[in-house]
Amino acid sequence: MQEDLLPMLASGFAETLYMVVLSTLAAVVLGLPLGVLVVLTAPGHLEDSPRLHRALGTIINIARSFPFIILIVLLLPLSRFLVGTTLGATAAVVPLSIAAAPFVGRLIENSLKEVEWGKVEAALAMGASTLQIVVKVLIPEALPSLVLGLTLAIITITGFTATAGAIGAGGLGSLAIRYGYMRYREDVMLATVVLLVIFVQAVQWGGDRLARRIDTKHHRSSKDRI
Amino acid sequence: MITISGLNKRYRTAHGPVDALCNIELTVDSGDIFGIIGLSGAGKSTLIRCLNRLEEPDSGSIVVAGRELVGLDRGALREARKKIGMIFQHFNLLDSRTVFDNVAFPLELAGCPKREIGPRVDEILELVGLHGRKQSYPSQLSGGQKQRVGIARALANHPDLLLCDEATSALDPQTTASILDLLADVNRKLGVTIVLITHEMQVIRQICNKVAVLDQGRIVESGSVEQVFNAPRSSTMQLFLTHSAPQQVNGSGI
Repeated sequence: MQEDLLPMLASGFAETLYMVVLSTLAAVVLGLPLGVLVVLTAPGHLEDSPRLHRALGTIINIARSFPFIILIVLLLPLSRFLVGTTLGATAAVVPLSIAAAPFVGRLIENSLKEVEWGKVEAALAMGASTLQIVVKVLIPEALPSLVLGLTLAIITITGFTATAGAIGAGGLGSLAIRYGYMRYREDVMLATVVLLVIFVQAVQWGGDRLARRIDTKHHRSSKDRI
Repeated sequence: MITISGLNKRYRTAHGPVDALCNIELTVDSGDIFGIIGLSGAGKSTLIRCLNRLEEPDSGSIVVAGRELVGLDRGALREARKKIGMIFQHFNLLDSRTVFDNVAFPLELAGCPKREIGPRVDEILELVGLHGRKQSYPSQLSGGQKQRVGIARALANHPDLLLCDEATSALDPQTTASILDLLADVNRKLGVTIVLITHEMQVIRQICNKVAVLDQGRIVESGSVEQVFNAPRSSTMQLFLTHSAPQQVNGSGI
């Protein structure tokens, strides 16, 4: 172990965290409307529209089929346009968000689809609008499942940042490749991997705990769920 | 209160079209507790769900409290629905909300100011006998208590009409009786008109003043409960009376 290890890890971790947080936020901003729209336009749902439903589904599938590294290259011009550069953590947030958004959209779709239709009908019978049903019924009722989905999204995005690190994004993934792999610094390699493992574990633990807390509040009589 | 005329509803199924409702003519007076009875598949659920257009009729007219529901656009339909309460077999309460917040929900939707919501919710929870449970979540309640919350929620926004879609079918006989008592009570105290559907004679016998018998999408008989019970004309009603005879003996003991 050399004395440059700790500062290197600290700044790498900060960069990773920065990318993960910003990309997750952006992915939710893009993915939430997408997921909600896919649910609402499904056959028999509130805004039944088979064409739009199929079109959105296809867009999500296409976007999710791209290998992430290819997506980064394809989106280089967009990064340059939005951020002014293609290097660094901020530039990486662009492809990270766009890669994660359709994934987040699917996660949100799956959670919202699980809400019992009877609850939606009850709200309809009370004169609720579609927007009110989304905000006051679908999202609150699906909250534990949405939190678990978001946890999964954060972890997946963390994995993506490591890939982005391979082509100049910075962060722990970049450290592992530039120092650990290319310069045979085994201490860097080991430390970054351990740090990533701890980070992922912590996110999963926190997400599970939060989801369970919401769920047991709503289902006190059935603590064995989840 | 309600005038239904020439109401038709046809479902397309894999085995061809099925007439769920066929030329329904029905009048419900203000203050009635109107029961619609039929076997499963008779079209009861479709009929009651047409009354707030959760089910879209193919043709006909449905006038509720002087307003024609068929043909209303989405906005006008939402406004009309705010004055028609509904309770369900499986309660359909929101698990993420407390009892209090479930009952407050229709008031929020109606744009009721916050300072008016609290007192109204307290008042209506008092009426259904759940005042002590307002901070509970639905999962902590029994089936009967959940339906009481359902009733409170349906009544919160002062509806003219309360629709009960098999409201007691998921409950045991004793709880059923107490929920029916509550419905009769709110009918008396608030003057709200009630339309209910059921496959149980006991429900009709206990609280309804009028009844219609539905069979294969057609109303085969209707009138006051005494009239229909004492001189049933349709074979469906005769069948119901025969099968519920032993229940009648048990029922009088409750």
